[in-house]
Amino acid sequence: MNAPAFRADSGIPGSGIFGSEPDSNAGIYRYDDLDRRFVAERVEQFSNQVARRLSGELTEEEFKPLRLMNGLYLQLHAYMLRIAVPYGVLTTTQFRKLSEIGRKYDKGYGHFTTRQNLQFNWIRLEDTPAILGELAEVDMHALQTSGNCVRNVTTDQFVGASADEIVDGRVYAEILRQWTIAHPEFTYLPRKFKIAIMGSDSDRAAIRTHDVGVIAKRNEAGEIGFTFYVGGGLGRSPFVGKLVREWVPEQDFAAYLEAILRVYNQYGRRDNIYKARIKILVHQLGIDKFKAEVEAEFDRLPRPKFTLAHEIVEGIRARFAMPPLETLPADSTTFESHKAGNAEFARWATVNLAAHKTPGYAIVSVSLKPAGGIPGDITSEQMDTLTDLADRYSFGEIRVTHAQNLVLAHVRKDDLFDLWRQLDAIGLATANIGLIGDIIACPGLDYCALANARSIPLAQAISARFADPARQQAIGELGIKISGCINACGHHHVGHIGILGVDKRGEERYQITIGGDATLTTAIGDIIGPAVTEEEAVDAIDTMVEVYLANRTDGERFIDTIRRIGHGPFKEKIYAAD
Amino acid sequence: MPLIEDGRPAEDSWTSIPDGEPVPGDIPAIISFERWQAERDSFAGRNTKLGVRLKGGTLAPAIADDLDRFALVAVEFPKFRDGRGFSTARELRERYGYEGEIRAVGHVIPDQYLFLKRTGFTSVEAPEGTNLESWANALSEVSVVYQPGIAKDDPNPLINRWLKPQAAQG
Repeated sequence: MNAPAFRADSGIPGSGIFGSEPDSNAGIYRYDDLDRRFVAERVEQFSNQVARRLSGELTEEEFKPLRLMNGLYLQLHAYMLRIAVPYGVLTTTQFRKLSEIGRKYDKGYGHFTTRQNLQFNWIRLEDTPAILGELAEVDMHALQTSGNCVRNVTTDQFVGASADEIVDGRVYAEILRQWTIAHPEFTYLPRKFKIAIMGSDSDRAAIRTHDVGVIAKRNEAGEIGFTFYVGGGLGRSPFVGKLVREWVPEQDFAAYLEAILRVYNQYGRRDNIYKARIKILVHQLGIDKFKAEVEAEFDRLPRPKFTLAHEIVEGIRARFAMPPLETLPADSTTFESHKAGNAEFARWATVNLAAHKTPGYAIVSVSLKPAGGIPGDITSEQMDTLTDLADRYSFGEIRVTHAQNLVLAHVRKDDLFDLWRQLDAIGLATANIGLIGDIIACPGLDYCALANARSIPLAQAISARFADPARQQAIGELGIKISGCINACGHHHVGHIGILGVDKRGEERYQITIGGDATLTTAIGDIIGPAVTEEEAVDAIDTMVEVYLANRTDGERFIDTIRRIGHGPFKEKIYAAD
Repeated sequence: MPLIEDGRPAEDSWTSIPDGEPVPGDIPAIISFERWQAERDSFAGRNTKLGVRLKGGTLAPAIADDLDRFALVAVEFPKFRDGRGFSTARELRERYGYEGEIRAVGHVIPDQYLFLKRTGFTSVEAPEGTNLESWANALSEVSVVYQPGIAKDDPNPLINRWLKPQAAQG
C-alpha cells in the first residue's frame, strides 16, 4: 500500500493560502507563520548551541559546522556573517533592514557575493544573536550559507521579467529552498553543495559551474521539465558540469535531486577535503556509471511520497505573480528624447538595461563596480536611497546578481531618466554592466584567511585604468574575474580574463588565464604564462585589450576573437614586452 | 554509554560482543558486520535476537539480503560530520523495508538527533559524558520540517501545507 503523498494538516490556518496575498509590490514569496516559527526556533537553537560551546559541552570541532550552518565565519580580522538572500530577491523592507544592520553592527556598508548573498565583514561574535533576531523580524536569516549542506539556490537575476524567459525559475528555486532546509539526510554531506536554476536559453546563472545546474524548459506540449547537469565546479580542480538527464518532468523535480544527493552522500569522498565535491565523484565514477546510480536511486524512491504535487507548484507560482504593470506602448517618447539629449544617459541605457517581457518596461542593472571601487560593496546611505527608488520605480523589490550587482526588474521606460539621475547622485549609475569594469572579485587577503593574495586592490586598479566609460563601451563585453586563491570564489577559471592570486615566496603574484566562459558554452580558461605583479597584471590586461581591438572583426566579442585567433598573439605580446 | 530513546535515557537490553569473544546464546547480542560475514553459519541455530554493527563505510546494500536475521542494525558514525549513516538508515527503511531497531553509535551529537529520528533511527548510543538534557531538548527545539521524513509520526512536511485536503489523499 502506498502511503498518502501528502498529509494535510488541519491545524494550519488558511489551508491553500500561504503568506500574505499579492499586493502592489512585485510578486515575492512571503513567509507565513510556519516559516517564521522555523526561523525563530533556529535562532533560539543557535543561541543554545553558542551557550553549550561556551560551557564546554560542545567541542570547537563540534561547534564549527553548527556555526557555519548559521552563516558565521571566522575571517582574518573578525567574524563574517553571510546572510541568505534566496535566489537573490529582496523586498525593500528587507533591504532597509540590511542597511540598518550595516550601520549598527558593521562599518556602515555591506558586501554582495557571487552567491547572491550579502556579507557583513566586521561582525562581533557577541552581536550575532541580536543581528539574527533583527533579521528574523524581516523574514531573513543566515542559514545554510556555509557548511557542508545544500547552499542558497541561485538563479537568473532577470527571472520573472526577462523577455527571453521560458520558465520562471523562482518557483523552483523556492521549492528547493523549502525542500533543502534542514534536510535530515543531507545536512552532513561530504562537502558544500551548490545549485543554480535557469529558465531561459541564455545562461545568466553559470549553470555548468555548479554541483547541480538545472535548466527549466517546456516541451512541445507546453509541459515544464528540467535538464540536469551535475559535477560542475571551480576550485583547484575545475570541471564543466556534465549532462545527466535531458528531461525530468516537473512532478519528479525534487525526487531527481534527492536521488543525486543520496548517491553523493553515500559515495562522495570523505577522506580528502579537496576531493570531496560531487565533481570528483562524477569524474572518478565516469558520468555513465554515475548516471546509472542516480537513475536506479530515482526509480526506487517511493512514490508518491517524493512526487511534487501540481497544486504545490501552482501555489508557489501564484506567489510570484507579476506586479500590476500598466498597459503601455512599447516605445517611450520621454525615454527616447532624454537619450537623444544626454549622451551619458544614452550610454547607461545601452549598457545597463535589459529587455522586459512587458511593453513599456525595462530591467535596470545597478552597477556596484564604480571606477576604482570595491566590487559588490554598498554603503548604508546608498542602500537607503536605493530602497526608496525601488519603492517608487520597481514595486518594492531589489535583486542581487551573481556578478555582485543589483537589479530593479520592473521599471517604466518613462521613469528611466528620473531613476538614472537619482542613481547618479549616489554614485550608482556606472555604465559598465558586462564590460571590463564589471569585475567579479572575492574578498581576498584583505579579509579571508584562505587567500594567498589580495583581490580588491587589483580589481580597483583595473577598473581605475579603464575608468573611461566610452572606452569601456568601445571594448564591449569582457568579463574579468579575480580569485585570491585556488578556491576560486571569484570564479577566475570562467572569466574571459581570469586572475588567480598566488603566493610566490611571500610575495603576492597573479596568474592570468584567458578564454574562460561561464555560460552554457562553459570553458575553463588557459594560463598564459608565469605569474606577474599587480602592476604588471594591469598592464597585461591593457595589452590583451589592445591585441583584441587590433584583431577583432565587426561585432566580434573579446571571447570570440580569442576563439578565432587563439591565445598565441595575446601571450606573445604580453611576455615579449619583458 | 547511555542509550537514548524518544529523547530519554533507556535501559539497554542489548550487549555488544567484541570480535573474538564468544557470543552468548541466551541474551540479545550485537556482532560486527565483519564477524557476521566470516562466521554466519555459526549463528544458524540461534534462537535469541541478533544485532549487527555496520562501520561508517558499510552501506545498506551490504546487509540487505540478511536483514531478516537481525532485530537490530547499529550504524556507526566515525565522525559526527560523516553523514553517510543518515542515508544508510533511510535506505534500510525505505528501500529494504526493514522494521527492526536502527541504532546510531559512534560520534553523534544532540544537534543531529532530529535528523536521526527523521531518517529512521530508533535509538542512539550517545557518547560517554553526554549532556542528557540536550538530547531531551533536541527533539522539540525545531518543530517545523519542510520535507518528507521516514517516520509515520513525522510532523507534517511544510512544503505540503498548501495542499487541499482532497489532494492530500492522493
